Amino acid sequence: MPNSETVKEALKKQAAYGQDIDLEHYEERADEQIKVDDLENSDYKRYMENVGIVADEMDRSGTLMFIDNKPSHCSPKVQEGLEMMSTAEAVKKYDGLTDYYWKAMDPTKDKYTAKTYLEDGDGYFIRVKSGYHIKYPVQTCMLLNKNKSIQNLHNIIIVEDNASLEMITGCSTAHHANDALHVGVSEIYIGDNSNLTFSMIHSWGKQTGVRPRTNCIVGKNSNYTNNYVILNPVGTLQSFPVATLGDNSSATYNTMCIAHESSDIDTGGMVNLNGRKSRAEIMSRSISMGGKMCARGRMVGNAPEAKGHLECRSIILKDGGTTLAIPELEAHIADVEMTHEAAVGKVARDQIEYIMSRGLSEDEAVSMIVKGFLSGGTINGLPPELKKELDEAIAAANVGD
Amino acid sequence: MTDMLKIADLHVEAGGREILKGVDLTVKEGENSVLFGPNGSGKSTLLASIMGYSTITVTQGRILFKGTDITELPVDERAKLGIGMMMQRPPNIFGVKLGELIKASSDDADAALSQADKFNMDRFLDREVNVGFSGGEIKRSELLQLTAQKPDLILLDEPESGVDLESIDLIGRKVRELLFNDDGTNKASSLVITHTGQIMDYINADHGYVMRNGVIEREGNPMDLLKEIREKGYGE
Repeated sequence: MPNSETVKEALKKQAAYGQDIDLEHYEERADEQIKVDDLENSDYKRYMENVGIVADEMDRSGTLMFIDNKPSHCSPKVQEGLEMMSTAEAVKKYDGLTDYYWKAMDPTKDKYTAKTYLEDGDGYFIRVKSGYHIKYPVQTCMLLNKNKSIQNLHNIIIVEDNASLEMITGCSTAHHANDALHVGVSEIYIGDNSNLTFSMIHSWGKQTGVRPRTNCIVGKNSNYTNNYVILNPVGTLQSFPVATLGDNSSATYNTMCIAHESSDIDTGGMVNLNGRKSRAEIMSRSISMGGKMCARGRMVGNAPEAKGHLECRSIILKDGGTTLAIPELEAHIADVEMTHEAAVGKVARDQIEYIMSRGLSEDEAVSMIVKGFLSGGTINGLPPELKKELDEAIAAANVGD
Repeated sequence: MTDMLKIADLHVEAGGREILKGVDLTVKEGENSVLFGPNGSGKSTLLASIMGYSTITVTQGRILFKGTDITELPVDERAKLGIGMMMQRPPNIFGVKLGELIKASSDDADAALSQADKFNMDRFLDREVNVGFSGGEIKRSELLQLTAQKPDLILLDEPESGVDLESIDLIGRKVRELLFNDDGTNKASSLVITHTGQIMDYINADHGYVMRNGVIEREGNPMDLLKEIREKGYGE
């Protein structure tokens, strides 16, 4: 690990993408621990439910919740083979957790990782032991509850060999904590012959700053699916998860965003195709309602027979914003096959009129197409429980009607 | 019989060119008319003009539907007044499922959806509209949608094209059900583009038009016109 002086230097380092955030703007500490034993009768229930977290924990294998920087809830008893605790507890229990702690993520990546490292950010630790398949999704919730403060969490997810896990992680802000910053550093380790589906749903305030930092290392013959959804207004959000694949493994990213007026969203992801026959698919679907929307995708082919496809599609419904699609393919050997397509623009006129010819108004037709465009983007790999909730959220989103 | 559709001196441009150069055509209530004509004569443009698609611009003339001037009306208002269309090559509607579109366009969604199996389309209700559909599947999907919509005037653009013989019979019977009640009385009127005349076995066509170079060149008994075209072609 780098020495702390080097990391301190990194506190000044701007991130590679997205607008720079002045960390000094957030002067409040947010270290109070708020215990939530009963999720169903909690004041925070409505915020949780906005981001796919089920308060009654029906069809969930367990729940871990953080309010600001302290753990608030952790399911006391979970299925055999599944471990859930705070990162701080795990570090204590496993003698520093040296194989995983800051191993997938470089703390000097940028000012956000550096701050999380230097402040010893706590977070959730979830491990599936070798040979176990966790029946229902595990849910984690991260809530901003204090205005003008920074939440910097450090999460570690481990899916060992021959194991599988679905995770739903919902992040939100209480209405009184609109002008706060969420930083979530997530280190993900997937062993051999294993699967992880990691679905992140965000719902923030109009001034909230959001900087997730996710790196995933995938072993052999494994699959990693990363779904990311944000439908509500946000201040500034920038996220660019990176996955590095072993032999015959695959990564799938599905991103679904609505950039409302005054929202600044910069999302996407990168996959290093380092294993022979590794495969990747990066799909992004976004709508600009007058906000700034940047969809990035990057694939790097480093191993023979690696394959990848990248797709950025964006519909612009209102003028006034900016939509930018940046698909990047990079190869270091000949025996790779990588493709991309990007499309930016309005909804096709012939499609609108086709639906209008069935008696629907122009607004109804646009809305139907846009909602279908969004929900079509996450059909693959999303837990069915979440798909239903998302379809409802898309139906409620104010697009086109 | 009153006029269901009356087109008078219609001039239409598409892609910067004048395609229709003064079309006069009438479909009376309860009447089924067929429209013949060589490729590129303007038949599909005429149907697009009646439906009101923005690919065309009316530069002169009027379109009246049930006595109302619809020349300037948007597509959805024409549909609400009772015009329904089967396109020859409809666009793919990514993200919108066939069942969802039928539900949104019908007054009685359950009844409409319950008929899907009779069109061999029950497996397609959860599929995106037209995406990956074969020629026959597109026609059956369009007819199922029209059945849900229950229009008074049905515009069919080559309903038998790109369809195998077995499917033609199903399509023909479904077109017939759209146009006639069980007792044989008329339910709706139609204007049908056909090259082969096969659809005429099902619709008891009352009147025929031949279009060439953007105008109606001849009209009369549809069987006589078809026979003439088969024997002599469209001529010079």
